[in-house]
Formats: sequence, C-alpha cells, structure tokens
Amino acid sequence: MHPLIRLVARRIALGILLLLAASVLIFAGTEVLPGDVASAILGQGATEKTLANLREALGLDRPAVVRYFEWLGGVLQGDLGTSLTNRRDIATTLAGRMSNTLFLAFWAAVIAVPLAILLGLVAVRYQGRWPDKLISGTTLASISVPEFLLGYIAAFFLAVQFKLLPSVATMHGGMDLGDKLMAIALPVLVLVLTVLGHMMRMTRAAILNVMQSAYIETAELKGLSPFAVIARHALPNAIAPVVNVVMINLAYLVVGVVVVEVVFVYPGMGQYLVDHVAKRDVPVVQACGLIFAAVYIGLNLLADLISIIANPRLRHPK
Amino acid sequence: MRMPLSAAIGLFLTALYFLAAIFADLIAPYGMAEVVGDVWEPISAEHWLGTDSIGRDLLTRMIYGGQTTILIATVATLLSFTTGSILGFTAAVAGGWVDQALSRFVDLMMSIPSLIFALVVLSVMPVSLPVIILVMGLLDATRVFRLSRAVALDITVMDYVEAARLRGEGRGWIIFREILPNALSPLVAEMGLRFIFMVLFISTLSFLGLGVQPPMADWGGIVKENKDGIVWGVPAALVPAVAIATLAISVNLVADWILNRTASLKGGRGG
Repeated sequence: MHPLIRLVARRIALGILLLLAASVLIFAGTEVLPGDVASAILGQGATEKTLANLREALGLDRPAVVRYFEWLGGVLQGDLGTSLTNRRDIATTLAGRMSNTLFLAFWAAVIAVPLAILLGLVAVRYQGRWPDKLISGTTLASISVPEFLLGYIAAFFLAVQFKLLPSVATMHGGMDLGDKLMAIALPVLVLVLTVLGHMMRMTRAAILNVMQSAYIETAELKGLSPFAVIARHALPNAIAPVVNVVMINLAYLVVGVVVVEVVFVYPGMGQYLVDHVAKRDVPVVQACGLIFAAVYIGLNLLADLISIIANPRLRHPK
Repeated sequence: MRMPLSAAIGLFLTALYFLAAIFADLIAPYGMAEVVGDVWEPISAEHWLGTDSIGRDLLTRMIYGGQTTILIATVATLLSFTTGSILGFTAAVAGGWVDQALSRFVDLMMSIPSLIFALVVLSVMPVSLPVIILVMGLLDATRVFRLSRAVALDITVMDYVEAARLRGEGRGWIIFREILPNALSPLVAEMGLRFIFMVLFISTLSFLGLGVQPPMADWGGIVKENKDGIVWGVPAALVPAVAIATLAISVNLVADWILNRTASLKGGRGG
C-alpha cells in the first residue's frame, strides 16, 4: 500500500478512537461525584418522590457501564435523549441552534483566516520594524482580555455610544441574509479579534521558519526572482504549517463561541449548553459537550491530514 | 545584570495587585457587600469608580474581587504545577509503560476543550470554591505535564543524572535533587502564563454564573452584575477589563524577562 494512504488511514482510525475515549470521559465527567447525582441535581429541597422520579429518568438504578453504552448507542443513531427540564427531544432542539452557531463561526472564520495570514505575511516582510512590533503589541493586548470583556467593550462603544450596530444578536425566521449579517456583526467582530492574535503570531512563526531554511537561500543565490522563490520553494513548504495554524485556531473558535453567544444573547449551541449547566440538565450538557468535543477533535484531525497530504516528502516515497 | 524597564514595570504592577489582594480589608473604603449609594452613580470623590448595579461602591468591589480572583488563580496554579510537574517528571524518569499511560491519558484530556469539560463536570458538582479550584487546577495540569515531561526528557540524558543513577539513588532523589533544580527556570516562566490563564478561566466561569457566587465579589462576577448597564451607557462592567488586562500584561512581562535571563545564563538566545 502507498505509505501516504497508510498514514492517512492510521490517523483517521486514531481520531475515531480518540472521539470514543472522549465520549467515555464526558460521560464519566458527570459520574465523578461521590454520592447521589439525583440529590446533587435537585438540591436540598428535594422530596423522596421527586428524587425517585429523577433517578428513574436518569436510569440511575442500573450500572454506569450499561448506561454509557445505551447513551452511546442512542447517539450513534442520532438520538441524543430528552431534556430533563422541558422533556423535549434534544436532537431537534439542537439542530436549529447548531446551524445558528455554525453560521456565526463560518463568518468569523471567513474574515479571520485571510486577515490573519495577510497580517502574518506583513509581519514577516517588515520583520523587526514598526509594523511587526505593532502587530505583536496588539496581539499581546488582545490575548490578555477575556472574550466576554472584549464583547462588552465592543458593544459599549460600537452599539451604545456610536449606535452603529445592534448590541443583541436576535435571530428569527423572517430575516434575510443582510439582516442576519447585521445582527451578528458584533459577535463576529469579537470572535475575529480573539482568534486573530494567536493566528497571526503562529502564521508569522511558521513562515519565518520556512523563509530561513537553507533551500530558500540557495534559490535566492542561484538567481531566481523573489516571486519564483516564494511560488516554487516557500509556498509548498509553508502550506502544511499554515493550514495547521488555521485549524488549531478554528478549534479554539469552538470555545470562544460559547462565551460570545452568552454575551450577545445569540440563540446558538453555546448558550444552550451554559443555560443547561446552570439548570443541571445532565443529558443536554452531555450531548452539547460531545458535539463540541467532536468538532474540536475533527478539526485537529483535519489539520493533521492536510499536513500529511501537503508534505512533499511523503508524496514521493523512495 | 540590570532589570529591563518593561520587567520592572511588570513586577511593580504585579506586586501592587498582590498587595491590594492581601490587604483588601485595610484599603477598601467600604464593606464588601455594603450598599452605600444609588444605582450606578457616576465617578465622584466618595466613590472613585462610581457605584454598581445595586449601589455598592465599585472600587471596594474591585479590590475584594481582585482578592478572590487572585486567590483562586494562585491556588489553582499551585495545584496544577505540583500535580503536572511531579507526574511529568515521573513519566520522563520512569519511561516505559508509565510514560505511555500518562501521556496518552493527557492527550485524551487535551482533546476536549478545558472550558467545555469544566462545564460538563460543573453540571453535577456543587459550585463551591474548592470544587472550582480542583477542576481548574487538574484540567490545567495537563499542559504543565507536557512541558515538564519535555524539559525533564532533555535533562535525564545528562551525565549527572546517569551518575546519580549509577550510584544507586532512588527515583525521588533523581526527580527532586537532580531534575527539579535544572528544570526550574522554564517552569517558573510557564507558571506566569498559567496564572494568567487561570485568571481568565475563573473570570469566564464567574461571568457564566458557574464560578464565584454572589454576594462574594470577583472580576468576572462584577461584569455579570453590571452588564445590563452597558445598554444605558454605564461603563461599570468594563472596569474589570482594565484590571485583568494590566495584570495579565504585567505578569507576561515578568515571565518573558525570567525566560530571557535564564536562557542567556545557559548561553542561549535572548538577553
């Protein structure tokens, strides 16, 4: 078998294994409590009867291993269980919220990725001079403020003081694309700001690393034009690290989205998760946690696959 | 060697925050949960930062909030460092299946974003300070584990470790007397960064309502309590941003300096 295919197959198998293990961990995360989960959920005001009802709803009379496999079997068939608080099917509620979250994350990524790569290139081109220093200075400042505070700073100035954008991202069915984009402008801006810093810094480091290699110097010395050096020698080798940087930061976006949705009261998955953690609705939390973990693991897997495929040394085995 | 200006400023501000946290009871002008004025009063001579959503003095809330935030972040960092570095060193020194088991487990833990995993665990745990510190510290220990294992792997191949092994020292001696002193400087610099991460983490949890519970004050909670004022043009919720950002940048500057200083001692880059 071609070694490339073997590597890709092995990496995908590892990804699936990791996802399975992550599902065990998420399930176990809600079982670590010493004592009774039901009384922890209901608090001190619980009566014997409500406790017994909840224990039955959660299936606590059966061993954890059995419940895990039932849960996993359901998840594999698209059944995420029912919410404890409103008795609704979690999968149907999640579908709408997930598309909202993906909509938000998609636009944040569409803006942040090209911008970060461009600014990373600018920082490399003017390395050590003021544009480079300005970019690293802003990066340090932006990663020192948590997302939710960036959100309120943006809302305070852009929405309240200058009344440019709406401060709350309400979504409803009758909106066309323009209205929707206007509604999510602020959350997108905040998400872009939170991932931009890391992405620029890592892009800068990745490209610098390639540009300082011996083969780039050789290409310059043998008289290739700067364009040819970049197109023929730098670019093929820079693809893998840059794609890696992008994927890692998109995975980071998954976490950022949770907090930003709460700030702008956006009806997405993150807000759904946070609301139900406070309500101690364990099935919802497990379902959301699993989906967030799957997206995170999936993006990391994609990053590895692209760098395997983009590596010229693996494409042409000896 | 002279201390660079940036590191001096960083050290000064960091010390200031820690002193304010330690002596909060002495310097706070009012009581922690004492209602002393109207809702969201503007800045005045009596209330240097104005008042909050139910008329408490905002400066007082910020000082007590800093105390809670810094205390939680410090204890969680210490927990994460002790667990992470002892396990990391053990993995590096023991090698074999111990290393494999620990490393694969850490890979697994890191495959789930820490905030998401913290939310999953907090959905069944009682939200109290020890629980939050434990969850934050143990989740973060994975990152310390990776760093300390990598650093210790470089050190275990040194001749002096080999010499200690040959003269029959136990694993504990090798970890604490041979590896720890030589691995300390990168770990201390990392400690600064982890501390900032903890400050951001606890602030985020409190903001989501899953961290420090009212009436106790902490920086994330102050944002949550005052966020409704944003729409009315009251900037009270933005005050913690200034505190968190300056603390984070100051600690960063100090950490950078420690890393550079120790790198130059060993003949590395920087200086």
